[in-house]
Amino acid sequence: MDYFLELFLGGLTRGSIYALIALGYTMVYGIIELINFAHGEVYMIGAFTALIVASVLSLMGMSGFSLLILAGLIAVIYASAYGYTIEKVAYKPLRQAPRLSPLISAIGMSIFLQNYVLLSQTSDFLSFPALIEEFEFMEPVSHIMRSSELVIVLTTAVVTALLTLFIKFSRIGKAMRATAQDKTMAMLLGVNVNRVISVTFIIGSGLAAVGGVLISSHIGQINFYIGFIAGIKAFTAAVLGGIGSIPGAVLGGLVLGWTESFATGYVSSDYEDVFAFGLLVFILIFRPAGILGRTTSEKV
Amino acid sequence: MATQWKPLIEKITSELVKSLLVAAWFMFLTFPLMVIRVHPLERTIEWRWMNMIYVGVGSFFLSFIWRYLMERKDGGNSKEEGDTWQKRVGLRIRSDKRISLSGLIAIGIFIFIFPFIFSSYQTQIMITALMYVMLGLGLNIVVGLAGLLDLGYVAFYAVGAYCYALLNHHFGLSFWMALPLSGALAATFGILLGFPVLRLRGDYLAIVTLGFGEIIRLILENWNEFSFGPSGIAGISRPGFFGMELSLQEHTVYLYFIMIMLVVLTVLVVSRLRNSRIGRAWIALREDEVACQAMGIDKTKTKLTAFALGATWAGLVGCIFAAKTTFINPASFTFMESAMILSIVVLGGMGSIVGVILGAFVLILLPEYLRAFSEYRMLAFGAAMVIIMVFRPQGIITGIRQRYEFHRNTQKGKAR
Amino acid sequence: MNKTQPALEVKGLTMDFGGLRALDHIDLEVRQGEIVALIGPNGAGKTTFFNCITGIYEPTKGDMIIHPRGKEPVRLNRLKPNIVTEHGLARTFQNIRLFQKMTVLENVMVARHCRTKSGIAGAIFRTPKTRKEEAEMVEFSYGLLEKVGLAQYVNELAHELPYGAQRRLEIARAMATEPFLLLLDEPAAGMNPKETNELDKLITKLQVEDKLAILLIEHDMKLVMSISNRIYVMDYGSMIAQGTPHEIAENPNVIKAYLGEAFDA
Ligand SMILES: Nc1ncnc2c1ncn2[C@@H]1O[C@H](COP(=O)(O)OP(=O)(O)OP(=O)(O)O)[C@@H](O)[C@H]1O
Ligand SMILES: [Mg+2]
Repeated sequence: MDYFLELFLGGLTRGSIYALIALGYTMVYGIIELINFAHGEVYMIGAFTALIVASVLSLMGMSGFSLLILAGLIAVIYASAYGYTIEKVAYKPLRQAPRLSPLISAIGMSIFLQNYVLLSQTSDFLSFPALIEEFEFMEPVSHIMRSSELVIVLTTAVVTALLTLFIKFSRIGKAMRATAQDKTMAMLLGVNVNRVISVTFIIGSGLAAVGGVLISSHIGQINFYIGFIAGIKAFTAAVLGGIGSIPGAVLGGLVLGWTESFATGYVSSDYEDVFAFGLLVFILIFRPAGILGRTTSEKV
Repeated sequence: MATQWKPLIEKITSELVKSLLVAAWFMFLTFPLMVIRVHPLERTIEWRWMNMIYVGVGSFFLSFIWRYLMERKDGGNSKEEGDTWQKRVGLRIRSDKRISLSGLIAIGIFIFIFPFIFSSYQTQIMITALMYVMLGLGLNIVVGLAGLLDLGYVAFYAVGAYCYALLNHHFGLSFWMALPLSGALAATFGILLGFPVLRLRGDYLAIVTLGFGEIIRLILENWNEFSFGPSGIAGISRPGFFGMELSLQEHTVYLYFIMIMLVVLTVLVVSRLRNSRIGRAWIALREDEVACQAMGIDKTKTKLTAFALGATWAGLVGCIFAAKTTFINPASFTFMESAMILSIVVLGGMGSIVGVILGAFVLILLPEYLRAFSEYRMLAFGAAMVIIMVFRPQGIITGIRQRYEFHRNTQKGKAR
Repeated sequence: MNKTQPALEVKGLTMDFGGLRALDHIDLEVRQGEIVALIGPNGAGKTTFFNCITGIYEPTKGDMIIHPRGKEPVRLNRLKPNIVTEHGLARTFQNIRLFQKMTVLENVMVARHCRTKSGIAGAIFRTPKTRKEEAEMVEFSYGLLEKVGLAQYVNELAHELPYGAQRRLEIARAMATEPFLLLLDEPAAGMNPKETNELDKLITKLQVEDKLAILLIEHDMKLVMSISNRIYVMDYGSMIAQGTPHEIAENPNVIKAYLGEAFDA
């Protein structure tokens, strides 16, 4: 039973991270119908920035909770700045282009960013400081759940709730929903579509960075390649839940997290990624609209 | 006087300010990653302030070029001019038999004597470049002609390579026996994978093929009993030459000529396909799926042929790769390989044969000969993909469509 | 040819998009060799009707049957678009959907696909059979281009053509599939009076020379009144009237639907 619980909680943690990254995919896809391949790289850059900032600050003598908050905050700011710039450079000039063009541009951007980090930093794994300290009250259950896992799950819950409220009630959130429904119509009604798209990228990238910092601190090491795999898996989560849907991204993330956790726990740990990719292929073939998505027919 | 200059000065200042802002923004953006480097184990930090200056100066000047190109693109006319220029040269070369013939003969002679005037090492590199020409042309069928973004192309390359490696290892099958088998097996995989996924929309197709590519690599890595896992398969036989013993150098020359032959074959096949009933259906599918179906073309079947044919080529080259290196392991078949082949197609020009050949040579030979540059290879590929999509989506060379001439009253069409 | 025999029969065709009922129990019949117009205000559901018949949308309810000349009738429900075309029903698109980066001639040749056979091996080895088929294809396509008056453009890329010419190319392309029933979605949209006049002649020629049945959606009332044998009128997804041009012009419901639209606008 403990083993089951451990796998369940492990899956929940993983799933939460996937959900955080998937939110970015889903929001961008909802608005400009583009798989932002570079999104995983933004997550990776967030993690690297946090590592760098945390190292500098801890050499300056900072530690504990304030270190986590400050490093996390700077990572989020940087990731958002990257997301914003990526959109301006690689996607905005291609709004009118055939569908394949922005997709290829996105792949190019992803390869570029991976190698940018590889060259400017290192190809080795770097050990990531444990920014989240062990809580005392978690002591009795520490054999099945670590404090960092609790923080990850809680943060995801809070962030998703905030995001949902933001999109529901804020002005820009409403503009986002309008743009996602019908871009031309939104434009005619006076929505500044360019700004909406930028904000979408900024928020999505920030969320990815939150995920990047938390999971790196939990796992304890990073390298330039972590964004690639995490990106595909998070995309799987977004598709699983129904791309374009925010609760769908969270649900998809959790389902994927549990699938991986239980499959590696009970079946075989060698094929961890195969399960994820297999699920992706399976979903796209049999239910491309996802769990919460609706099938729509292209207007001809 | 002063009022006359005013707009110009204003323009210059505004451009300068724009570029300064861009430079400042990129210096901010790259600051943590480019300037600071941490060594967590030694607990030391390295500050590389020079990098910040490079970034600042670089982005300052690049932003001028970027804006200039952007303006030109939005203006649109200069691009068209370039295209008609290219068209004219292309037509002239095609129409003037003397130019094309003497050009072909010169290239033919150069190709023939290449392995004898250059070192074995150079020939090896050339073989690699030719392999990528073939891979590029194969992927060009899928991406360039049929418009299907296949990000898992390397999977078929791996199938071909492992097909020969395993058959050779277990049964001692020769290269020439295995070559068609590799192609056929890859095609079979293409059909098996293509059948379910080709119904998907373009961007979903991209990600599913990416997933498939990774699945195949992971299986090769983990299924030790079958594929010998990460340590791979060594001692694969080189291609045999009528049972004669060849020295290493002779083998290289031999392989070079095999490659030349196969590339010529590929070019012939692809150029014929491109202007055939099937080829036109592929292009139509790329241009407009709905209209294509409404004109009576079976979407799935047409996509499947493109997918399987592209896979066949990857399989063939995979077999050659195994024979060339005599050792393979899953590490040769990562997503980066797919990305590289894709950038060859994108850079060269989707749908254009000459473009893809040029693209392969540029992307493979350039980093090879500019050693200092080779580290930055993938960085440059990524950047090139973005820049090409933004400024010249048709690639270096635009694919030229076949022209027909009609003579009054007779209605007889003649292709030229 | 017997002009009383049906070419297309549609009964109770209904199409829902989520909560929106775009077509509500539509009945429509086109007889062999007849020109029928389908008119109605914007958003009435005319294009949706075409999309349902041609297999691009799957209708919620209803029956669609075509009667190819000299063959068994075919039920169109659940057929894929390319199969529908193979059975002899071709169409054009309201928002021009040509193959932009292909030449004018190739656009037409592509549409010969379902009437030709040569495969990959034939293409690679350029067998005599393939070459013969290819030559026939070129000739046939060129003939069609002459018919619609685009012969001087054969080697231009489709997107380089003037607007009116693109519309005519759409018709030539549809004709290349050798249909017995042709669906035209606003063929005169964006044309000037002279071009419309030529289009009028072309459509009549297709009816007389090629013995086609034609169903056309059009907003240009002058064109509709001059060439149609019968007219159907739709509004908000329902069929509100049908009859000869004369009857339609007098019909109070139609006048109301159109006037209503004029007042809204
Ligand atoms: N794929 C789709 N998904 C959702 N709604 C659709 C779709 N296609 C059409 N509609 C809706 O169906 C209704 C009818 O549209 P349709 O295009 O058939 O009108 P129409 O009569 O052709 O108008 P027009 O004269 O402007 O071309 C419209 O309200 C349209 O928004
Ligand atoms: Mg319409």
